[in-house]
Amino acid sequence: MERPIRVLVAKPGLDGHDRGAKVIARALRDAGMEVIYTGLRQTPEQIANAAIQEDVDCVAMSILSGAHNTLLPKVVHLLKEEGADDILVIGGGVIPDEDIPGLKEEGIQAVFTPGTPTQVTVDFIKSHVTPRA
Amino acid sequence: MLYDEDQMSVLKKAVEEETAKTQEKLQKRPERKEVFTTGSGEPVKRYYTPLDNASMDYMDDLGLPGEYPYTRGVQPTMYRGKLWTMRMYAGFATAEESNRRYKFLVEQGSSGLSVAFDLPTQIGYDSDHPLAEGEVGKVGVAIDSLADMERLFDGIPLDKVSTSMTINAPAAVLLAMYIAVAEKQGVSAEQLRGTIQNDILKEYIARGTYIFPTEPSMRLITDIFEYCSQNVPKWNTISISGYHIREAGSTAAQEVGFTLADGIAYVEAALKAGLHIDDFAPRLSFFFNAHNDLLEEVSKYRAARRLWARIMKDRFKAQDPRSMQLKFHTQTGGSTLTAQQPDNNIVRVTVQTLAAVLGGTQSLHTNSRDEALALPTEDSVRIALRTQQIVANESGVTEVIDPLAGSYYIEAKTSEIEEAAMKYIEKIDALGGAAKAIDTGYIQQEIMDAAYAYQKSVESGERIVVGMNKYQIEEASPKGLLRVDPAVGEMQKNQLESLKSNRDNARVKETLSALHTACEGTENVMPLILDAVKAYATLGEICDVMRDVFGEYKQTVNL
Repeated sequence: MERPIRVLVAKPGLDGHDRGAKVIARALRDAGMEVIYTGLRQTPEQIANAAIQEDVDCVAMSILSGAHNTLLPKVVHLLKEEGADDILVIGGGVIPDEDIPGLKEEGIQAVFTPGTPTQVTVDFIKSHVTPRA
Repeated sequence: MLYDEDQMSVLKKAVEEETAKTQEKLQKRPERKEVFTTGSGEPVKRYYTPLDNASMDYMDDLGLPGEYPYTRGVQPTMYRGKLWTMRMYAGFATAEESNRRYKFLVEQGSSGLSVAFDLPTQIGYDSDHPLAEGEVGKVGVAIDSLADMERLFDGIPLDKVSTSMTINAPAAVLLAMYIAVAEKQGVSAEQLRGTIQNDILKEYIARGTYIFPTEPSMRLITDIFEYCSQNVPKWNTISISGYHIREAGSTAAQEVGFTLADGIAYVEAALKAGLHIDDFAPRLSFFFNAHNDLLEEVSKYRAARRLWARIMKDRFKAQDPRSMQLKFHTQTGGSTLTAQQPDNNIVRVTVQTLAAVLGGTQSLHTNSRDEALALPTEDSVRIALRTQQIVANESGVTEVIDPLAGSYYIEAKTSEIEEAAMKYIEKIDALGGAAKAIDTGYIQQEIMDAAYAYQKSVESGERIVVGMNKYQIEEASPKGLLRVDPAVGEMQKNQLESLKSNRDNARVKETLSALHTACEGTENVMPLILDAVKAYATLGEICDVMRDVFGEYKQTVNL
């Protein structure tokens, strides 16, 4: 039997707004995924380590403080260094449209901004995670 | 009793007959929805009558404006005497940049300052700390030392303005810096007016900028209460905040219940520290949200006032009427704003402004239309401030006090929210108080359940958010958003470096070591923090001393 998709929901940086992260975590869980939530104030190193240790298929990061351009790409780079670049990395939060192309270039495969239905995120993860043996 | 018994029985019969008749009609022509609910998801009836307020006693439950239980407002003249303080929350990038924004706001008729600090400052890290990377100056102004604070208030006479500072875990340090800046301007601490948020419990619950564990955090708070009651008597020493609890997804009744439960915890901590209730309670202030359901929100503020008055009088035996008066700041609801068709947010903020004013707020921040996208531009802030000025000067709602009182619905809703909030307080009491209820995750869980229910109601289309899940249009990306210069981080770092090489480092060491000793003991830490601040010890250095003695809070993570 196929294992359920495993997702690490993470809060990078010092931002304390976790409503979005928790709502997404519950929606992913309701959609049948296994969800691990890191809690607040995670460094990129902590997030990458947790992703590898928990053997997740996807890292979903929520950030509303404006530090996204600094923190999100770091997680992608760290995963790559560890040879875990098959993990799907996505982000969400208050992120200006004009920053999104740059983030995608850095390897964040989707950015979901305020008002996105949770189903859109669920569908994106389902169709973009690397299938497991 | 407010209503005559005979008239009530006539009314009861009439309502029963009308209900039966209408039920028949509804079979053929149903209403728009099966169940109608408030913004918080509470069911509402088709209409309300005196029957819904049958047990209401005018003097006990409402009283007159400025009189116990203050349901109708805390002052006898309300906005006829003085309009609310129009206090726009602002701050970004460097102290110089924020200082310019404050001067702009004052020029535009803002009547009080409200300082937003960046996240490193709020969590007690200097701008050169590794965890500060990418965050310096982003959601507020970066303050590393007294030198930044001097630049922040340059040319702003601190005996003339009242200043609110959204600072919690390191509130004692920022307050000390404010006192030190005032002293340099020749303004004594007794003259200072303003507020520090200083509400750590809601940081654990909903906002996230905590540093220390609960117990030492409560000690810092009571040290501030004590110090200010003797030295800064006009300062509001805490702003007990429901705002962030609501933003995290709570209902209106939870906002009141959890906030007042936090208030009870602060009062109990201060009493335990040996303070007398009427010495500190008049300086407690509150901070609530304003969401879109105007009538529910107005009822919420009235319920909060009445419930707090009763708690202070009956539970804590306060004697001074000022101890029983719940005074509050309001901010319009950030989470109600949409990134789609952002100009629509101006209308939402107008409705929310009306709610706050009809609910008797003492001060108000109105959000800007672009805040679901970025920090607001100057143009957007001006419109937000003008919204308050239009409601204040053109709408007429300021000319009569508590004009919605006596509405059968408003009074029934006020009582309903008070009762629901009281149930939460009883539950929290049973768990051992707010701090314990937070440790178990109870409060966070309740809020999260409400937030998720809300999200589902939006996604199912049951709840309409204009422009977001209905009436959408194709839109171009918004232009001209405010961006914080990424060089701010480097600039702060450079200034820190030059500060550290130009100050008297022996004096810094001396004051920090005195603070360390005080933290280990039981004496009031405020005077020692003030000494360290004046020696230009940095915020990070001072907080590191406290981290060393107190340790750090560990969050209860649950979904």
